[in-house]
Amino acid sequence: MPNPFSIDRTTQEDIIILSIEGYLDAHTAPKFEETIQSEIDKNNVKIIVECKNLTYISSAGLGVFMGFIEEIRDKEGDIKICGLDPKVKQIFDILHFETIYDILPDIQTTIIRFAECPVRKD
Amino acid sequence: MPTTIESKFALSVPSSTKNLALVRDFVNKVAAQAGFGETELIKLELAIDEACTNVIKHAYGYDTTREVTIRAIFDDEELRLQVIDNGLGFDPDAVREEDLKQLIVDRRSGGLGMQLMKLLMDDVHYEISPGQKNELVMIKKIPKK
Repeated sequence: MPNPFSIDRTTQEDIIILSIEGYLDAHTAPKFEETIQSEIDKNNVKIIVECKNLTYISSAGLGVFMGFIEEIRDKEGDIKICGLDPKVKQIFDILHFETIYDILPDIQTTIIRFAECPVRKD
Repeated sequence: MPTTIESKFALSVPSSTKNLALVRDFVNKVAAQAGFGETELIKLELAIDEACTNVIKHAYGYDTTREVTIRAIFDDEELRLQVIDNGLGFDPDAVREEDLKQLIVDRRSGGLGMQLMKLLMDDVHYEISPGQKNELVMIKKIPKK
């Protein structure tokens, strides 16, 4: 398969929106990890990951969200997740990701959430 | 008493993460034939992915010249997935169950795979023959129609 995973990057003021497409497993997670790391290196710590076109995620992909969240919140930023397909959302739900991350329906509601709660502290 | 007929399938792939998609697809197709619905299929794909990722990373240390074999067997009652390798075995009892918050605090996303397999399947166990083969067995009951 030529492009099992791709990332489209846009911005809205100081918020970085990463729209991810395809599947996120142990093969493709390193690309996602590099992308998040390069945003942190540039001090871009308000990140929305839009998952509308994410078809699958394994613990390798979930691990990328987990690996950076403390560092990002220490820098007064956050990773917020939106647009999950119900099939993929099941996987986030099994591990109770909603207890750690803001998971919202779409980009617009996530931008509003960033205004209300830039850093989730619970 | 009616005889239960087993359907057996097998796939062997080089030990590389690029083959995970192929393995997931294989299990998806067999599980669909066994009678699992859409919401269950992604969970079975995830369980087999986690099992094979563990083999590729830990048993074979990313050595792509090695081989992972997946067997899928079902009858009217259950689907049995077997993942077979001949790499380094490990002690499954040594894997602790921890919650997500603790894993994040400790920056140990690696603990998630085993936890997921146990959450997703009805039974998960290892049959290890030291120096010969390791076999992970995962069983899921087939929902009654």
